[in-house]
Amino acid sequence: MEAHSSEVFVIGLTVFFLACIIGYYVVWSVTPALHSPLMGVTNAISSVIIVGAILAAGPQGFDTSKIFGLIGVVLASVNIFGGFLVTYRMLSMFKKKTKKTKEKE
Amino acid sequence: MVAILYLISALLFIFALRGLSHPESSRMGNIFGVIGMVIAVFTTLMFKSVLSYYEIGAAILIGGAIGSFIALRIEMTALPQLVAAFHSLVGLAAVFVAAAAFYDPVAFSIGKVGSIKTASLVEMSIGTFIGAITFSGSVLAFGKLQGTISGKPIVFKFQHLINALIFLLIIFLIVLFVINQSPTIFWTIVIVSILLGFLVVIPIGGADMPVVVSMLNSYSGWAACGIGFTLSNNLLIITGALVGASGAILSYIMSKGMNRSIINVVLGGFGGEQDTSAIKDNSDKIVKQGNAEDAAYIMKNADSVIIVPGYGMAVAQAQHALREMGDILKKEGIEVRYAIHPVAGRMPGHMNVLLAEANVPYEEVLELDEINHDFPMTEVSFVIGANDVTNPAAKTDESSPIFGMPILDVEKSQSVLFVKRSMATGYSGVDNELFYRDNTTMLFGDAKKMCEDIVKSLSA
Repeated sequence: MEAHSSEVFVIGLTVFFLACIIGYYVVWSVTPALHSPLMGVTNAISSVIIVGAILAAGPQGFDTSKIFGLIGVVLASVNIFGGFLVTYRMLSMFKKKTKKTKEKE
Repeated sequence: MVAILYLISALLFIFALRGLSHPESSRMGNIFGVIGMVIAVFTTLMFKSVLSYYEIGAAILIGGAIGSFIALRIEMTALPQLVAAFHSLVGLAAVFVAAAAFYDPVAFSIGKVGSIKTASLVEMSIGTFIGAITFSGSVLAFGKLQGTISGKPIVFKFQHLINALIFLLIIFLIVLFVINQSPTIFWTIVIVSILLGFLVVIPIGGADMPVVVSMLNSYSGWAACGIGFTLSNNLLIITGALVGASGAILSYIMSKGMNRSIINVVLGGFGGEQDTSAIKDNSDKIVKQGNAEDAAYIMKNADSVIIVPGYGMAVAQAQHALREMGDILKKEGIEVRYAIHPVAGRMPGHMNVLLAEANVPYEEVLELDEINHDFPMTEVSFVIGANDVTNPAAKTDESSPIFGMPILDVEKSQSVLFVKRSMATGYSGVDNELFYRDNTTMLFGDAKKMCEDIVKSLSA
């Protein structure tokens, strides 16, 4: 069992470093004008931590762990909805401006 | 099956970031991100151990409603605060998930209560530690950005030594926790980490917040990674690493924009009032003052104008009036462009969003290295709410705190208009010699009011 768990850890570590490298290249390719939306999106996706919260909240009945899990689900949901929506709002402003400029006046 | 669905979700997240390489592909990217998240959530709900759909559904609805409400209502000028607040939630969520895993290890198949696997304990406590720091650091950053807490750096004796000692204490606590798995020690780690988060952000001044916000962005990613390792969940590890890398790169770009190392920013204490006495007395120098009509006249007779917006524009909410001014000038056949310094505003890319909000086409908004060589060919630079990022002392005065910082070469344009509230120095506390040049006209007043007045004069 111990040998197995260290193997799992090494696999996790492999995934981790490869993901860091992908992250490095992908993020450098983001245009500086969109750095704010980038923060919005990363904020939303980092709340994928909701996966852990759902697992904790999953079992029936009520115990400490379930309550923690449910709190985690609420917090992460705030972020997921908030993060994606605020990014959506930002990005819809970066549309090509043609005749739209008149609307505001 | 689960692993494959999680993999798809992770790939969609990568595409979501990739989409941001261009405004046109970015909206699709955001949709990829949403799909990825939906897949991740539903895949997890399909787990055999997950049975309480109602409670979870209700929790998602509550959180979702709050998040949507805030995201739809928030003013774009307040984006930095919002992002800081959101980061704090990720950090807190990480702490709760780690706590849940500690109290019910069976649900995560990492052992039984009292005999959790050592590796899981280490990963769990690291996730908790980073999560708690992210939480309190972000709360404080939020306060500083919102203005609830003074943006001035708070510095005291032995600050860094104390932080270092607290860090060592946390390591000691983690070791202890791994050995005896005591809930008391777990919560002690949480509390001490929260304290450390506060102490780390406290010495950092308001205008260094772009770096702090990016750094906390990065931390929130590493916290997710820590939880990912605890649960042996590749999706969490990949996403956490993406976010961590993203935040780290943004912090790097921001510190570079100030010609300071990340370490220097983190140690803090920059800005504020300590060096006011060192400023050369410029009271005898002559400043040419102008009003809106002068500015309108100068710009109307130019062929090209570059607008340099800074945080002051955001504070005054002047972006709409500014765009109106730009529109009139364009109608007159004048070339109008916007130059954005990397650290303009309170978060990376903040100015771009504000200008986009005001309907400025993004093709007209250029980054420092794209536009800097055009200043010598430009007749008028219109600097609104920016100061330090135009200060030639960054190039010439080696003793200046901002020496070496990349600046926008507005000094090379034929004339410079400065919209400012007063002669006060910028965040760095350094005087700007540009104010005293012959070809500079100072326009004192509120940025928004000034733009509106210029618009009036232009249309008259």
